[in-house]
Amino acid sequence: MISPRRATLLLFLSSLVACSLHAQVTSDRLLHAPDEPQNWLTYSGSYAGQRYSLLNQVDLTNVKNLELKWVFQDQSLQKFESTPLVVNGIMYVTQPPNDIIALDAKTGAAFWVYHYNPSPAARPCCGIVNRGVAILGDSLFMATVDAHLLSIDAKNGHLLWDVKVADAAAGYAMTLAPLVVKDKVVVGVAGAEFGIRGFVSAYNAQTGAEAWKFYTIPGPGDPGHDTWRGDDWEHGGGSAWMTGTYDPDLNLTFWGTGNPGPDFNVSQRPGDNLYSDSVVALDPDTGKLKWYFQYSPNDAYDYDSVQVPVLAEINWEGNPRKVLMQANRNGFFYVLDRTSGKFLFGRPFVKVNWAKGLDDAGRPIITTQPPGTPTYPGQQGGTNWYSPSFSPRTGLFYISAWDDYSTIFAGVPAEFKEGQRYMAGANTGPIPGGDTLGNGIRGPINTYTEAAGHGAVLAIDPHTGERKWTFAMHDVTSSGILTTAADLLFTGGREGFFQALNARTGELLWKASLGGDIISGPITYEVDGKQYVSVAAGRGLFVFGLRN
Amino acid sequence: MSGDQVAGVNLRSGQFKHVFSDNDLRAVITNGISGTAMPPHSFNPAELAAIVAYIRNMATFDARNVSLGDAKRGEALFNGAGNCGSCHRVDGKGPRVAPDLSNVGALRTADLLERSLVDPTGAMLPINRSVRAVTRDGKVITGRRLNEDTYTVQLIDDHEQLVSLDKSQLSEYTVIKTSSMPSYKDKLNSQELADVVAYLLTLKGAK
Repeated sequence: MISPRRATLLLFLSSLVACSLHAQVTSDRLLHAPDEPQNWLTYSGSYAGQRYSLLNQVDLTNVKNLELKWVFQDQSLQKFESTPLVVNGIMYVTQPPNDIIALDAKTGAAFWVYHYNPSPAARPCCGIVNRGVAILGDSLFMATVDAHLLSIDAKNGHLLWDVKVADAAAGYAMTLAPLVVKDKVVVGVAGAEFGIRGFVSAYNAQTGAEAWKFYTIPGPGDPGHDTWRGDDWEHGGGSAWMTGTYDPDLNLTFWGTGNPGPDFNVSQRPGDNLYSDSVVALDPDTGKLKWYFQYSPNDAYDYDSVQVPVLAEINWEGNPRKVLMQANRNGFFYVLDRTSGKFLFGRPFVKVNWAKGLDDAGRPIITTQPPGTPTYPGQQGGTNWYSPSFSPRTGLFYISAWDDYSTIFAGVPAEFKEGQRYMAGANTGPIPGGDTLGNGIRGPINTYTEAAGHGAVLAIDPHTGERKWTFAMHDVTSSGILTTAADLLFTGGREGFFQALNARTGELLWKASLGGDIISGPITYEVDGKQYVSVAAGRGLFVFGLRN
Repeated sequence: MSGDQVAGVNLRSGQFKHVFSDNDLRAVITNGISGTAMPPHSFNPAELAAIVAYIRNMATFDARNVSLGDAKRGEALFNGAGNCGSCHRVDGKGPRVAPDLSNVGALRTADLLERSLVDPTGAMLPINRSVRAVTRDGKVITGRRLNEDTYTVQLIDDHEQLVSLDKSQLSEYTVIKTSSMPSYKDKLNSQELADVVAYLLTLKGAK
């Protein structure tokens, strides 16, 4: 017989176990993340990278009633690029350079802060930023700007392990959110602007031990090495600075790679420069390359191909097909068969003049512009790392694009010195004396205006590459896009507006002025039966919900 | 290369976040900026002086040679035959219809200043374009654009009032791409143009 006191204790203990089990984010839960839309368990919301949620409490008719519920103000002057995770009502968000804050996702109240001091040797090219964490079990994983990978206890913010992924003083950095696949944490490095040799690598989630490393620039004896002249490959770049995706059925993880090093001056690195500006399909257990597709061989324009490779099953010429879709920085929208990497289709989604088209294999037919004249799209691309979205309901692919945007490119010689910038370009904007439309934060005045290019949300039909609709903005946008099962599309822009559009028509349904650039991807989640939508803007994370 | 990968910094235009004096500039170069990608450097005093001089003069480096004349004569032309002061303001004098030129010598190169005089439309920065708006009730508003976003536009109107307009409330909205400033190509000879450019380069803002 069990005493009442003992029974109470057992009940208490069993409830603890139940809570604990419930809180554990197993790899099985990650596989089925879209089925628990109250949570946001990975950077892109699912392994397919669609940034699409089944939540539909906020819908086309009531979205106008969204109101601000709470704000988290970060303690940094750097760009706020983080996508939070939400797990059972707890939000995990990062602030630059590498802090993690656990918040009550309903109120914004903080549980704990983990602070990391990156090495002063860290030198990320384009902002001391972080884009978020990954989770497995009760452990969070963060990649740091000084190229370390950390595991943090999700319950108390304590460090579990810290491994050095690469040498920050040599220009390696990490700004991406890691991708957990099974029992491994997969990351990629940034640093092509410093002449690094890029790689994607995986670590045991329990111990931090390196499981495999795939170099995006093949070394001597490896296939593809002959696309480099001499020892150019040693500083060949090919960073993998954005989070990849994963197909459990094919057991493949897909990673986009960045520009070859040095940027711009193609005469300094003749050849196709594999696997720069490519997507690579890797076995997540071994890191072995299954296939690759290179978008921009011998790239002269900094057209990184790190855009999240979006996976979907779509009807293709009468049959269901496993595709990988990518709207590339080079201005072309691509559809590949992700079982083989076969090129199915590609078409410009913005003005493009560096190539007049793609051949049957998807290779660009290059039309180099005369010196001193504008090349479209410009250096920041037709799009860049801003998360796209694919809605299985509308069947449309959504892109944050830079329309009518160009750069006057000029390659110059560059000399490699470890840890120093390895850039071989003297590029200018098309407006003499005008401000350059770059990737930095601008002040409250749009001084370059529409004349230098403007932003837009594009809804692309993946079967034709045609624009179904365009939502034009005056300024450019570095915001990600979220779509939901209510046919809503949420996105921001450099002007600081956070907007909800009808995903089928592009009609503006609601907007809020958040007073700072939106350089992150929105997410949605649910706590206690109420749906929230959150986005980072300027120095804050803003969370909206329906008026009570 | 203008340093404009860093928000708020444009070396050619003399825009800095942490620097006001040459001493500040030397300190930033020497010490770096903690927590940013700006590293410390160990230059000797002579090297440091040369770098500071280079940065401070970037605004006057031109893509092509521009002859500079006499700034005193240029000032007289600016206020006299050129009639520039009828639209532009300098050091608190003159209207605000056209851009205030009090610090234009710190912002624009000699090359760009000369182009502005010869080809005002081609050289005009797009932000400075004039706009014409008609409200739904028929009111016409014209002025010089100060800022614009997807939903609104901010301008200084012909009465020097700051006006913010909601585009959804307008029946017409036009950005005028032609500058109302006349070309001085045939109004001033080459020596006079060089004089005016020299004068404009002396305008470095309030001391």
